[in-house]
Amino acid sequence: MRLEVDIASKTFKSAAGEQHDVIAGVAFTLDAGEVGVLVGPSGCGKSTMLRILAGLDHDFQGRVSRPAGARIGFVFQEPRLLPWRSVEENVRLVAPLANEAKLSALFEILELKAHRNHFPGELSLGLARRVALARAFAIEPEFLILDEPLASLDVALAARLRDEIAMLIGGRSVITLLVTHDVDDAVRLGDRLFLLSPRPARVLAELPIRTPRSKRGDAEIAAITLDIMRRINGAPAERDAS
Amino acid sequence: MPRLLSFAVLLATWWIGSLFAGDAKLPPPPTVLTVMIAEARSGDLFFHLGLTLARVTLAFTLAMSLGAAIGYLMGRVRLADRLGDPWLILLLNLPALVVIVLAYIWAGLTEVAAIAAIAINKLPTAVVTLREGARALEAALDEMATVFALPRWKKFRHVILPQLSPYIAAAARSGLSLVWKIVLVAELLGRPNGVGFEIGVAFQLFDIPLLLAYSLSFAAVVLLIETLLVQPFEARLSRWRPRAA
Ligand SMILES: Nc1ncnc2c1ncn2[C@@H]1O[C@H](COP(=O)(O)OP(=O)(O)O)[C@@H](O)[C@H]1O
Ligand SMILES: [Mg+2]
Repeated sequence: MRLEVDIASKTFKSAAGEQHDVIAGVAFTLDAGEVGVLVGPSGCGKSTMLRILAGLDHDFQGRVSRPAGARIGFVFQEPRLLPWRSVEENVRLVAPLANEAKLSALFEILELKAHRNHFPGELSLGLARRVALARAFAIEPEFLILDEPLASLDVALAARLRDEIAMLIGGRSVITLLVTHDVDDAVRLGDRLFLLSPRPARVLAELPIRTPRSKRGDAEIAAITLDIMRRINGAPAERDAS
Repeated sequence: MPRLLSFAVLLATWWIGSLFAGDAKLPPPPTVLTVMIAEARSGDLFFHLGLTLARVTLAFTLAMSLGAAIGYLMGRVRLADRLGDPWLILLLNLPALVVIVLAYIWAGLTEVAAIAAIAINKLPTAVVTLREGARALEAALDEMATVFALPRWKKFRHVILPQLSPYIAAAARSGLSLVWKIVLVAELLGRPNGVGFEIGVAFQLFDIPLLLAYSLSFAAVVLLIETLLVQPFEARLSRWRPRAA
């Protein structure tokens, strides 16, 4: 199972008829069990690319080959839950085959046990994200897409959720594609990082991380992060890497 | 409680009014009640009420289902919207009386003509409301359903219908009050039974107690259906909304 992506270009036409280039050449492949991370600044075209990869947008130049009929688990940038269905119903609806044991385990890991019967309108953003994650994992996806799953959460919460995602991805043979603008998250979760330019997006560099996720120490993560910041900014990162 | 109080005030006003206007113009409540009971005993009241209710149910169901389907189509398919729009504008601006009279002229003084005329009067507002609803459907949720490969029926039931339901409820509510009014006119003009017919008879005989007895029984039935059927239905639909404190 393999994802092959070769998007030559993607343009939006504005209402005034102007062309608006969003992607200017992104090519990569990803195998099952690998976590690819697209790292790029806000507005560079990451979400646009994910919609193309998921088959929601066919209006682009290039080629995308997904495993035929692969189940896709998509965690959208906004949770996109059904407000009129409870947390549990939201998950069960897309995953009618998931049994109780599996759902319990998922809800346990994602700390949703107490919220099964709540409606999405009653949840914080962090909880709604977790429900969206539970929904994506419940279908046993073959292709998992995560669009900024940790954005706009406070640092502690983001760290917890990142560990939970790592736990859920580990041990599954899934093609995982994660999008983030946070280099630290990318280094902690990814196997291969693709650094993207500002809009229109191009791949600036591809960086494999060979140490398995669970064995990456803080020092190594800091070093890689620093290296990436340097490449992106062309100068030493000012960020405190500790 | 406030409802009961308000009802009592209405009754008292009526009674006092009848003292001033005189029994001939505005009979007091007991007189009307006596007529109501007599009509109920003979079975006439239930016969006419039942027929009117049956016409309302048929015309309402017809107009709602047809209107919802057409409105949804027009909201989703541009071509359908373009084709349907002139018809819609025509129907929206056609006075109810014209529709009823034409229906009786073309289809005869028949049950079909009456029900069709009532339904046609309600149809365009249902179409307009549902078209609004279909236009407001969330593309984001649509994409979610597509990515997760929800089967058609499930998507309709769990993703689309809940988004349309406030519009359906609005169309039903305004449609019902429209149908209540029009059914009486249709009966008055071309049916040998029903509340509208009886009111016509009472008018010709200047029998005000009879007129009030039928009008008020009809109003009571409308009120009962609104509180027992329509309002609980609406409450059910908005169950998921976080309640305002
Ligand atoms: N449907 C659309 N029509 C026109 N422009 C769009 C549309 N969707 C996104 N864009 C533009 O494309 C660019 C990339 O958007 P997006 O892919 O959402 O960025 P991000 O990398 O932050 O996810 C932005 O400049 C955005 O304004
Ligand atoms: Mg985005």
